[in-house]
Amino acid sequence: MADVMTPGLAVGRLAAEELAANFEDLHPALTPHEAVVAADRCYFCHDAPCVTVCPTDIDIPLFIRQISTGTPEAAARTIFEQNILGGMCARVCPTEDLCEGACVRELAEGKPVEIGRLQRHATDTLMARQGHPFARAESTGKRVAVIGAGPAGLACAHRLGVLGHDVVLLEAKGKAGGLNEFGIAAYKATDDIAAREVEWLMGVGGIELHTGQILGESFQLEEVAGSFDAVFLGVGLGGVNALGVTGEDLDDVVDAVRFIAHLRQSKDMSELPIGRNVVVIGGGMTAIDAAVQSKLLGAQSVTVAYRRGRDQMGASRYEQDLAASRGVNLMFNVQPKEAHADEDEYLAEIELEYTADDGTGLKGTGETVRLPADQLFSAIGQTLTLDAGLELDGRKIAVGPTGRTSREGVWAGGDCTPGDDLTVVAVAEGRDAAMDIHRALMA
Amino acid sequence: MADLTTDFLGITSPNPFWLASAPPTDKEYNVRRAFEAGWGGVVWKTLGAEGPPVVNVNGPRYGAIYGADRRLLGLNNIELITDRPLETNLEEMARVKADYPDRALIASIMVPCEEQAWKDILPRVAETNADGIELNFGCPHGMSERGMGAAVGQVPEYIEMVTRWCKQYYDKPVIVKLTPNITDVRKPALAAKNGGADAVSLINTINSITSVNLDTMSPEPSIDGKGSHGGYCGPAVKPIAMSMVSEIARHEPTRGLPISGIGGITTWRDAAEFMALGAGNVQVCTAVMTYGFKIVQEMISGLSQWMDEKGHRNTADFIGMAVPNVTDWQYLNLNYVAKAKINQDACISCGRCYAACEDTSHQAIAMSEDRTFTVIDEECVACNLCVDVCPVQGCITMEAMEPGTIDPRTGKVVEKEYANWTTHPNNPGAVAAE
Repeated sequence: MADVMTPGLAVGRLAAEELAANFEDLHPALTPHEAVVAADRCYFCHDAPCVTVCPTDIDIPLFIRQISTGTPEAAARTIFEQNILGGMCARVCPTEDLCEGACVRELAEGKPVEIGRLQRHATDTLMARQGHPFARAESTGKRVAVIGAGPAGLACAHRLGVLGHDVVLLEAKGKAGGLNEFGIAAYKATDDIAAREVEWLMGVGGIELHTGQILGESFQLEEVAGSFDAVFLGVGLGGVNALGVTGEDLDDVVDAVRFIAHLRQSKDMSELPIGRNVVVIGGGMTAIDAAVQSKLLGAQSVTVAYRRGRDQMGASRYEQDLAASRGVNLMFNVQPKEAHADEDEYLAEIELEYTADDGTGLKGTGETVRLPADQLFSAIGQTLTLDAGLELDGRKIAVGPTGRTSREGVWAGGDCTPGDDLTVVAVAEGRDAAMDIHRALMA
Repeated sequence: MADLTTDFLGITSPNPFWLASAPPTDKEYNVRRAFEAGWGGVVWKTLGAEGPPVVNVNGPRYGAIYGADRRLLGLNNIELITDRPLETNLEEMARVKADYPDRALIASIMVPCEEQAWKDILPRVAETNADGIELNFGCPHGMSERGMGAAVGQVPEYIEMVTRWCKQYYDKPVIVKLTPNITDVRKPALAAKNGGADAVSLINTINSITSVNLDTMSPEPSIDGKGSHGGYCGPAVKPIAMSMVSEIARHEPTRGLPISGIGGITTWRDAAEFMALGAGNVQVCTAVMTYGFKIVQEMISGLSQWMDEKGHRNTADFIGMAVPNVTDWQYLNLNYVAKAKINQDACISCGRCYAACEDTSHQAIAMSEDRTFTVIDEECVACNLCVDVCPVQGCITMEAMEPGTIDPRTGKVVEKEYANWTTHPNNPGAVAAE
């Protein structure tokens, strides 16, 4: 049986109980008592800063007051009216950068109201009840194709469904949910929450899900644009950036997004191979999620190698500290130079070059360091792969404020459009596009 | 080091903190523990007449209301006087007093409004060597239905009559405990004084229903689906109690009548406030029922520290000090002008001051794009609501304007001279200033 010291890739480095404990809920549900105590701390601010920074504009003081007066179901409605994926957002939002970061009690005492966990308390309570809380309006007879069943597409489809439109939801993968299902660390989405949320959300009615439908392969944008009254694109970012170093093609150099997706879909963590020495290249949330989960699977040493300084890191300080607390090493100002193989052509070392910025851009200093590595994850960003003739803004689909693309009748939102690549941002964009589609169709 | 020893009616106790007549003082076990914890005195739970004791309900006796974090702010009860035999209580009182001669021990009594009933019980209480008695004319529930407690306290003539009997048949201090369930507390206080009372103690509890169970539609505390009003106490009643204490302290006919202050006293500061308003000592109940006897340690250390800081050598130095400052509205200085001031360094930008002022007051706080809140002196009437709703203590203060400066709200010069409503030109009954 393997353990943390076993060289190379190995499965079952940790005992089943330890694995289970490692992948427990990062922010477990509040007990009713904890929820009341946490809700008590909210000051019910005027024009509250937490709401201002929430991409979906959830009325946070109102929902917390509803929890504190014993009506978490009403609180959940307040949340879901703005954000139908409020359950997932309560788990995955970087609240430290958003609502909780803006909380006046963060300023007052360095301890914000636990908005994320309170939101989860409310949404869990309502979702545990029978039935769906929103009624679908009378059918409008309008048909909308929503391409991509990630957070943006789901939020768009749900809002359209509520408004009475008939939605056909086309998903490339075998399962809906997008990054909530395939791309978030497992300890943030326990108990199959992403899938349960999709099923619950579809309960509104009027949404027909088709999986395995790949835009550009199974069907073309032309076709759907021609046969539906409107189209929403929430296709995300299908490609990953290449490292561009020698040795990149070695077997154990893999894309972190794929590793995380595989892990999320795995029923048994003890069957997942993980290296003894893992190195993750990148500095965003994907890098942290890959690194932490590698450690939780039993890797002996895990290092995140980021080419810039700590302050530029995409992952929040909270996430950096989380990684550090799980035993992940964070290296700053290093970039990959070459992946070295052993005599059997297995990855053995990653050679990193130190970097510095003298004001003319980031450059390698020439000094290098080698880390033992039998598994290397690349997490240096994802790219849009869709080529449907739409106008671009940089490397993403150009959209107006309500998601209108350059093509009449086609809207877009989520990671495939500009803006922060966050679930909550995608939800806001999907929802707002749905409202604009509704206005356009009913005009 | 301040001396907390307090002389109340010639009864000395090591500190002014007594436990009020209530569940915590119902038996020897509790009272001994209270004295060990440091309490200066105890008013034993009310004794009834000889014979079969009263009975209590066998369901909930207490109901509560809460502030944030389930902090108990108000408690009500439907418990009656002691439900233990008179002889048991008397024996225990005698034993405790013998073992704690330096502590005050007062017997609370409630017997029917008949001379014989008082004549019977008083000598027996005297035998215990208790330091005095307190007449329970305040219990608002249960006993009042039987013509005792508040039913007596609401009729000044009865108060005077019973007090007189007690002074006749008992030779130690007689304290009359007053009910707040009346319109003017000065009347029963005066009646007590006229009957020869050595002191009054107040307030007893207030008629109350703490909540209604919305599933069963029963008031709480609920006994088999029904509720009865109880007696309300705890921090929520402190302002009512302090006003009543001050009324007696400054009313000419009752001025100088010793007062034992009761009503929501929870900390040393509450006690000092009651004493500043004229209470010679204080009695505590709800706070110990919430936190246990140990809180007296904080009360002792806090009062000592404050007295040292203020230079008070003993409690008599500050008792009644605030009484001259309690006045009628008509004598308040209308030439005093203040403005709210927000300390931007302390402000956490919650905007509660803004919401309160904008929605419910004088639209005197401005809010900027970046959530900076500032007072608009042209609109501010110094109502204090912003201070009251601000979650950060000391962040918003009321600053008096210097005489000679111009109040931007009225455009008038702030006058140095005191002037009140009695001479104000808008007052139809104003007396022209000489």
